[in-house]
Amino acid sequence: MQLTLWTYEGPPHVGAMRVATAMRNVHYVLHAPQGDTYADLLFTMIERRDRRPPVTYTTFQARDLGGDTAGLFQQACRDAYERFRPEVLLVGASCTAELLQDDPGGLAAAVGLPVPVIPLELPSYQRKENWGAAETFYRLVRALAQPAAGTARARPRCNLLGPVALGFRHRDDVAAVTALLDRLGADVHVTAPLGASPADLATLADADCNIVLYPEIAATAAQWLGRSFGMPCVTLPPIGVSATRDFIAEVARVLGLDPAPVLADPGTRAPWYARSVDSTYLTGKRVFVFGDATHAIAAARIATAELGLSLVGLGTYSRELARDVRAAANAYGVEPLITDDYLDVEKAIIAAQPELVLGSQMERHVAKRLGIPCAVISAPVHVQDFPARFSPQMGFEGADVIFDTWVHPLMMGLEEHLLSMFRDDFEFNDSAAPSHIAAAPAPATLAWAAEAEQELKKIPFFVRGKARRNTETFAQSRGLSLITVEALYDAKAHFAR
Amino acid sequence: MNGALHEVGAVQEAGHAAGCADAPVLRQRGQREVFCGLTGIVWLHRKIQDAFFLVVGSRTCAHLIQSAAGVMIFAEPRFATAIIEERDLAGLADANDELDSVVGRLIARRPEIKLLFLVGSCPSEVIKLDLSRAAQRLSRSLAPAVRVLSYSGSGIETTFTQGEDACLAALVADLPTTRARRLLVVGALADVVEDQFRRLFAAIGIADVDFLPPRRAADLPAVGAGTMFLLAQPFLADTARALESRGATRIAAPFPLGAEGTTLWLRAAAEAFGIAPARLREATGIAEHRARTALARHKAMLAGKRIFFFPDSQLEVPLARFLARELGMRPVEVGTPYLHRAHLAEELALLPAGPLLSEGQDVDRQLDRCRAARPDLTVCGLGLANPLEAEGLATKWSIELLFTPIQGYEQAGDLADLFARPLVRRLKLAV
Ligand code: SF4
Ligand code: SF4
Repeated sequence: MQLTLWTYEGPPHVGAMRVATAMRNVHYVLHAPQGDTYADLLFTMIERRDRRPPVTYTTFQARDLGGDTAGLFQQACRDAYERFRPEVLLVGASCTAELLQDDPGGLAAAVGLPVPVIPLELPSYQRKENWGAAETFYRLVRALAQPAAGTARARPRCNLLGPVALGFRHRDDVAAVTALLDRLGADVHVTAPLGASPADLATLADADCNIVLYPEIAATAAQWLGRSFGMPCVTLPPIGVSATRDFIAEVARVLGLDPAPVLADPGTRAPWYARSVDSTYLTGKRVFVFGDATHAIAAARIATAELGLSLVGLGTYSRELARDVRAAANAYGVEPLITDDYLDVEKAIIAAQPELVLGSQMERHVAKRLGIPCAVISAPVHVQDFPARFSPQMGFEGADVIFDTWVHPLMMGLEEHLLSMFRDDFEFNDSAAPSHIAAAPAPATLAWAAEAEQELKKIPFFVRGKARRNTETFAQSRGLSLITVEALYDAKAHFAR
Repeated sequence: MNGALHEVGAVQEAGHAAGCADAPVLRQRGQREVFCGLTGIVWLHRKIQDAFFLVVGSRTCAHLIQSAAGVMIFAEPRFATAIIEERDLAGLADANDELDSVVGRLIARRPEIKLLFLVGSCPSEVIKLDLSRAAQRLSRSLAPAVRVLSYSGSGIETTFTQGEDACLAALVADLPTTRARRLLVVGALADVVEDQFRRLFAAIGIADVDFLPPRRAADLPAVGAGTMFLLAQPFLADTARALESRGATRIAAPFPLGAEGTTLWLRAAAEAFGIAPARLREATGIAEHRARTALARHKAMLAGKRIFFFPDSQLEVPLARFLARELGMRPVEVGTPYLHRAHLAEELALLPAGPLLSEGQDVDRQLDRCRAARPDLTVCGLGLANPLEAEGLATKWSIELLFTPIQGYEQAGDLADLFARPLVRRLKLAV
């Protein structure tokens, strides 16, 4: 038994749901108790999906256990097919049903549905979410992909493999990489799982190569496509300027295209911004990186080679790709951290004393608690990781987004530092509104003495609003009607405690 | 189950005099879209401030609780999951030894914990891990510092709020005995609501009041033949039974939702304690008036609007009663995971005839009914809310009704506001 307070990854059937939900015309019948339906809200609330995930849960109860849970499962398959008419039915068990050993695959086959039934065996007591997604995608590809039809065409075509529902910026990455490939002179044949139908998967081999955007999810399927149909594969996720250049060069090599025009005019501002003098303060700032392996390794490279920060920690919760993270950590001369216990990560962060943390939402919480600036680089996702605006991580546009999102909290950090005396910020106290929400004007009974107003002007402009508010709050709490210089410094002392 | 749909017609015919007391109930057994009882941990751990909830379950259970709780800013939460692993199942490790060592490590790290709940899950029940024996064993070894109890929050045994019921029932078995004549209010309430009720009971003249669950493990109330208990929540069937087996008597009442509900709830207690009606009116008049004024503000928005309840918390019937009688809403379907006839008798009598009462669920069929009815407001779980909004139906997430203080006079307006807000919002948005 493993004591778990919080987990980076859900069970493997949630990974399967991320694949099924990303696709079209697929339905997943999951042998599971009612509580497991919580997983729906991850999609409808965090990702704000406008449809329920295509999942039917059998929701067996204790009273069914002695009886016919197998019959219940078969009925659920029939009902789901009748209602949703999918092209393919995925069937499997969650942790509880796995213990019942009802054999969903065999049972569903016996129902005799007119569509392919793909059984998923996802060992819940050994594996986790990303593995479940990878296995599901592999099973789908293996069951559906057909040999190439060999149609001739003007431009080479690639498949984009790996984007799923609840992925960290997957939707935007697909758009960014598609645009990048277009500039390079290549088309996207199928993007999968995101947006693909089973019929699309059948034609995967018609592309000239596979591009694995997220190895955690698509590496197994791409390897199988390589072995079965001799399809070349590019597994260099284009996250960051240098990685994007490497990616372009490799895709161009595989497809026989000329990378020079795109490389000559990348259209990214990040490299220049990093060189501009105002970025000097970034030099050598200590950064701690933790996330899924793909994003963590990419972040380490960007932080060091593209922003000039110093890496003081690198880790992942993805045990499947732990080897890659270890190798990267060794190359940077830091101790690799492979764990799924966030308290270990917190300990490592405290010990490394970073000035910037790049991690998942959990590291964001840890960093906030410790008062360290932080940017999110990886799943597990939160509603904030689905911004309304276009914000890819991949390609040159992604590199610009990353520059902004990482450097911004560092500036904020500078601000926080100046503000340590005015700690009564919303980050520390949720009863106060953040300063970017216009401060309410001081009540009429509260006046600023002229010298105090003068003194306030000496405080750097970007923290002045907060200083004013804090002083007024303080004055009100003491029942003062006139704010003097004395009161201003009393307030400062008060908030600095 | 197909035939069951025809019952809709029958429902409209149902007797008017007794509200919904004799209304037929549509029983459905299909896919249920509800949480399991583990979810109760999210509010129970906040209520009992020195208790720790250790789920013995799978990664799914751990993921459910953290998802239901949302990403919370906690240093270290007072709940966790002992995740059963392959080696536990394969018999390579003795599950009981494993559990003891997990608990040992936990208590060593969290010395402030006074009460530990071992919470059973579907996997622990299917593999027949006996948590009540484990709790007794651990209680002996950790006494007197920590008391260890167990209950089931599993999805095969419990639906959403039934987890609280199971937890409180486990507590009842552990309560000291008294013969004193006291009032016991049962069901987790927000501290602010509890304090309001304490003041009201004192004003009415009932000074000896206890609340279950208490805020701290040391404050467990005593029960016995003199105990009169008043349910503050409609989902406490097992807890009530456990209290009755300890000799306590249930005071039948509607639930304290809305001005009317709160008054009737308090009145039931006052009558049981032989307090004159005049004294009750004197003690509650001002607050009740305040509540009615607060409700009036929302009436314009809610009156005449049709509301549809998906089954979730068992609060559906009392809520429908409140919304129908005090705000003039028209319930179309009132779905509940479990309809406890005895505990809801007063509620059903008050609920105006008309709505379809349904128990259990077949979610796809119920969605069909909801789409066909096109209610003005749909009360449902988080998995259904955005999809229904995308179809143009306004929704209210039911889980908020458990996380927000809604009981009592001072919260009546807030409760109405929870239902009015989605409608107000639609009027405001021009995009
Ligand atoms: S339904 Fe059962 S397996 Fe699922 S989360 Fe609840 S207790 Fe765990
Ligand atoms: S309150 Fe707003 S502006 Fe001020 S530090 Fe926080 S985020 Fe920045």
